[in-house]
Amino acid sequence: MKKDIILAGVGGQGILTIATIIGTAALSEGLQLKQAEVHGMSQRGGDVQSHLRISSDPIASDLIAEASADMIISVEPMESLRYFNMLNTETGWLVSSMNPFKNISNYPVVEDILTEIWKLPRYVTLDADKIAKEQGTVKAANIVVLGAAVPFLGLKYSSFEDAIRKIFGRKGTYLVEVNLNALKAGYDFTQEKLAKSKV
Amino acid sequence: MDKLLLLGDEAVAQGAIDAGLSGVYAYPGTPSTEITEYIQASKEAKGRNIVSDWSANEKTAMETAIGMSYAGKKALVCMKHVGLNVAADAFVNSAMTGAHGGLVVVSADDPSMHSSQNEQDSRFYGKFAQIPVLEPSNQQEAYDMTRYAFDLSEKYGTPVMLRLTTRLSHSRAGIIRKEMKEQNKMSLPSDLKQFVLLPAIARKRYNTLLAKQDAFAEEGIQSENNILIDGKDKSMGIIASGIAYNYLLENFPGETIPYPVLKISQYPVSKKVIKSLYDQVESILVLEEGYPIIEEGLRGILDEGKTIKGRMDDTLPMAGELNPRKVRKALGMETPEGYAIPEILEGRPPLLCDGCPHWDSFGALNEALTSYSKGRVLSDIGCYTLSALPPLNSINSCVDMGASITMAIGAAEAGLVPAVAAIGDSTFTHSGMTGLLDAVNKKAPITVLLMDNATTGMTGGQDSAGFGKLENIILGLGVEQEHVRVINPLRRHHDDNVNVFKEELAFEGVSVIIARRECIQTLARRMKQKHAKKETAAS
Repeated sequence: MKKDIILAGVGGQGILTIATIIGTAALSEGLQLKQAEVHGMSQRGGDVQSHLRISSDPIASDLIAEASADMIISVEPMESLRYFNMLNTETGWLVSSMNPFKNISNYPVVEDILTEIWKLPRYVTLDADKIAKEQGTVKAANIVVLGAAVPFLGLKYSSFEDAIRKIFGRKGTYLVEVNLNALKAGYDFTQEKLAKSKV
Repeated sequence: MDKLLLLGDEAVAQGAIDAGLSGVYAYPGTPSTEITEYIQASKEAKGRNIVSDWSANEKTAMETAIGMSYAGKKALVCMKHVGLNVAADAFVNSAMTGAHGGLVVVSADDPSMHSSQNEQDSRFYGKFAQIPVLEPSNQQEAYDMTRYAFDLSEKYGTPVMLRLTTRLSHSRAGIIRKEMKEQNKMSLPSDLKQFVLLPAIARKRYNTLLAKQDAFAEEGIQSENNILIDGKDKSMGIIASGIAYNYLLENFPGETIPYPVLKISQYPVSKKVIKSLYDQVESILVLEEGYPIIEEGLRGILDEGKTIKGRMDDTLPMAGELNPRKVRKALGMETPEGYAIPEILEGRPPLLCDGCPHWDSFGALNEALTSYSKGRVLSDIGCYTLSALPPLNSINSCVDMGASITMAIGAAEAGLVPAVAAIGDSTFTHSGMTGLLDAVNKKAPITVLLMDNATTGMTGGQDSAGFGKLENIILGLGVEQEHVRVINPLRRHHDDNVNVFKEELAFEGVSVIIARRECIQTLARRMKQKHAKKETAAS
């Protein structure tokens, strides 16, 4: 078992929280992991990414090789484009929020971004903000995106639930519930999409 | 023991705690900051009374650590690579004094300049000072080698450098801890003149240092940090140092590497171990993160030996960090192509935060400067360096810590009057104060914008050494009271603030305008903590 995952977004959008949840879930299943993060200046509203690698065997490199990522999980649509070159063209899935984070004046037309994503053979795009709001708070949009990625991660769904309970537990039961619901909503979205594509 | 999931930086910190550390001395700098922060947050460190508050700059940190080593205890110094430039005087001379208690200097390099102004390679500093350098390739080695570094330091009475690079510093993996060692008791060196580098003593000390070099090289073999791994295909041998070794392994998943590989994680490298590889292969590929220090040595000036491939012959690019793909290409293996990055993608550079006081400080400064020609703002290193970018376009330099004030003096003396220096509170106490003394003594016609956000913001909000002391420092250095102005950088004070700038720009002497408002990030964190406390109290 080996999954190489690129997490993408803008500083402050919560990609490290996604990484922590996947990491905790992976460790609970006895897997090894390496996770390269971005710290420092680029965290201030700039593009951020994390290379997350989980495997049943020892992992050598902290960085994922180009064209070999099993997944791109992006909490922002334009940011998902930045790592197209990292995705494995034969097996890789891209899961991205459709909600733009516009803090630059030359932000492209959102439809054009989605058109580029939809050219890929394997993708899930979702209105994570809307789905998160329905679960109680737009702040859980990152967890919705994570939920949408779960079917491709090769880990048990319950491992993610346990990870959320562990990580958000000290912040109170309300946050745990909201995030569990967000995870489920994202997960259901992808399952429905996959079911439809089989028909 | 359970595995701990730690950043490379944190693995160093835990390794140092477990090695019997008594003090960590540092100034924050990406990618080294998390070492000290980990020790500050560690309950074990607290229980052992490990000193861990921030130093004013890397030089004071290094010197304080030398002092702790003199008094027999184990000390760790942490900095980013350019911080070592600041600490260089103390660092290089510490090789001459030698260490008494274990003394380990961590320098975290930033190839590809993710958060830095250059990509200098600290291994050259280690070579320059002629002390051992350790270069871990993964988080477990970072932990183990930190412990080993203290042993080595005390065995040979020498400071030891531990060199990290960004991808190790800021990447997490599981590490296994070993037993915790006792801390040292205070003790002084048997020779109380050991640390007196008067020429007569320094000459002796230098001979002592030179005499240790062969043993240093031999240690790299004994420790198995430099190890030759056999391979059948002798057409090429590979030397891989530090994190480059991982990228090599990555290209042979689940299989043995066909070529002989010399893994290097300790310097100086013994001639013996290099020769044992060199003699059995037709050519050598050198993989190292940073400058080609091994490769250069291997080629020599004449470069007339066997074929050497590396950064110097463009097998690998000279600039930038390595990655699995670059190494794969260097190995002559096929590299798969991913999807093309769509052309509509735009860059997203970092920005000052919404509500950051720097927006208002530079907003007012920009307006006050409209009546002058452009190019007058010499700046410094901090979040405010981002004001170089649109929409502010405020500043014209960023060179090294503290350079704003001194460059402004020089520019003013060349005729650029008024010249402005823009500097943050933490950078000011790091290296700006001495420059301000120069300005006062010269009566230089400069206006200093001192942005006091009460923290070291760019690295995540660490304590600022001059907190609550800035006016006293400035007045003590001799700036005239009526030209020390304090403004509140808020939009509603914009017009008043512009006027203050205009008045001081018109004054042909040293003025300091302190723009004082707390960093929006530390403020938000403080409010959150306060809120959390209230909730706990209520429940």
